[in-house]
Amino acid sequence: MMRSLLPILTVVVAIFAFWYLGAIWLNSDWAYDKAGRLDKELSFAEMVADTWSQDKPKLPAPHQVATEIWDTTIDKRITSKRSLVYHSWITLSSTLLGFVLGTGLGIALAIGIVYNRTMDMSVMPWVIASQTIPILALAPMIIVVLNAIGISGLLPKAIISMYLSFFPVVVGMVKGLRSPDQMQLDQMRTWNASPTQTFWRLRLPSSMPYLFTSLKVGVAASLVGAIVGELPTGAVAGLGARLLAGSYYGQTIQIWSALIMAAVLAALLVATIGAVQRATLKRMGLS
Amino acid sequence: MGWIVFGLVAWFVGWQINVRLARRPKTRVTRLAVPVIFGITLVLIWESLVRGFDISPVLLPPPSMIAERFAASTGLLWTDFVQTVIKGALSGYAIGCGAAVLIAVAIDRFPFLQRGLLPVGNFVAALPIIGMAPIMVMWFGFDWQSKAAVVVVMVFFPMLVNTVQGLQSTGAMQRDLMRTYAAGYWQTLFKLRLPAAMPFMFNGLKIASTLALIGAIVAEFFGSPVKGMGFRISTSVGQLALDLVWAEIVVAAIAGSAFYGGVALLEKALTFWHPSQRG
Repeated sequence: MMRSLLPILTVVVAIFAFWYLGAIWLNSDWAYDKAGRLDKELSFAEMVADTWSQDKPKLPAPHQVATEIWDTTIDKRITSKRSLVYHSWITLSSTLLGFVLGTGLGIALAIGIVYNRTMDMSVMPWVIASQTIPILALAPMIIVVLNAIGISGLLPKAIISMYLSFFPVVVGMVKGLRSPDQMQLDQMRTWNASPTQTFWRLRLPSSMPYLFTSLKVGVAASLVGAIVGELPTGAVAGLGARLLAGSYYGQTIQIWSALIMAAVLAALLVATIGAVQRATLKRMGLS
Repeated sequence: MGWIVFGLVAWFVGWQINVRLARRPKTRVTRLAVPVIFGITLVLIWESLVRGFDISPVLLPPPSMIAERFAASTGLLWTDFVQTVIKGALSGYAIGCGAAVLIAVAIDRFPFLQRGLLPVGNFVAALPIIGMAPIMVMWFGFDWQSKAAVVVVMVFFPMLVNTVQGLQSTGAMQRDLMRTYAAGYWQTLFKLRLPAAMPFMFNGLKIASTLALIGAIVAEFFGSPVKGMGFRISTSVGQLALDLVWAEIVVAAIAGSAFYGGVALLEKALTFWHPSQRG
């Protein structure tokens, strides 16, 4: 861990350096343009200072984004519509609902696929094919149609999240439930274990490592689903809505702060599952 | 009522055929036939439920109506397909994956960079990168260039991480053998390490193929010229022309499956030696 800390820090510092350079490069046109209209000559230092402090820059500098995030999280009341915490919570709630639904559906399908040969042969190819369909393209339709029959709010977004997160769970769980080898299955048979017992005592426990790996992929996917699901609702609330509103009004700083918030959220979700994974596997003696 | 009965019959017949077929030993034919029958059954049930329960086509059009619409507007669908898939997704996919492989080879020479970039790349690959779409639209304009840019950003990191991992996958024994042959860096790279990295790279290419279509379509929600699949979907939903939306989704599904299938076929042809391809 310590060995890779220095390289990671170097890379992160390099990213920030490129970010600042990129801000100079992309925003300088506007800075010169402004100065030209005021008949002023800009020195290099003035130009750099300007590119890092514009109101609507093409690429906001990291410290501008950081200030915006600070302003909209710490300085605002959480219930305020301008608070990023409020919008993150909206997105997070539909992410979590969709994730739970998707995981449930995924595990149920996986059990069906493992125990029923007909289902294995007919459903599995469609599960895989379903992911080559760009489901996010369906998002506007799902939202509008569900809205038309009176379902609105959390559930439509959660359904999109569910669709994105069930796939990794199905694939991982099918692999996991099939991971006990013939020797272990034979042992269960010599103990005269019923199929239910084999499931609870052998198949399910040995699928846990696979489950957690796919949960990590699934939770990241369901966050993407929730964000995209917020786009067609007309930018009411949530991180996706902040992105859309920002792009309508050219508020780049707002877009970037929503983006960073989404990234932080994704990192937190994945880290949480990672922690649960470590704790569970440790207690099960699998890690 | 007749339609509902028809739907139930279709469900029962389809299920029975599949149960019969699944009991037989697995052959090429059954492996193909079972999912196909399952799909046809689903479509039949959909059609009969929509007609039987008189669901408004504004909510859920029956498959026959979608097929009609598809046949009637092939010209429109084709322009959208060219705009989104050929111009936006494919060009972005080629640029993004190409750049990722080149940079992976470059990183591979420096273990320091590798240790730093792999965790960061893994982290970035889990982020909702699709959110970059409004920024890219702002930078590169409304036309397909901005869509390609979103696709480049989306496919870059999964591809990079997979390629770097693949380049590390050679065994010490194999590298020693190359050294005893007095092979130089480039020879080792082209004769041993790149071929050995192929299975990993194809894994990345497959993930990237689905991401590319998603990126190109979703980026169009943030602004596009008056053509393109994402544009058509979002405006047709607004006009409640759901049959056109579904036709567009059928195109997306065919394009997505063909794209993925093409990569999978290429994988089969190029990595025929790998255990996962031999079974």
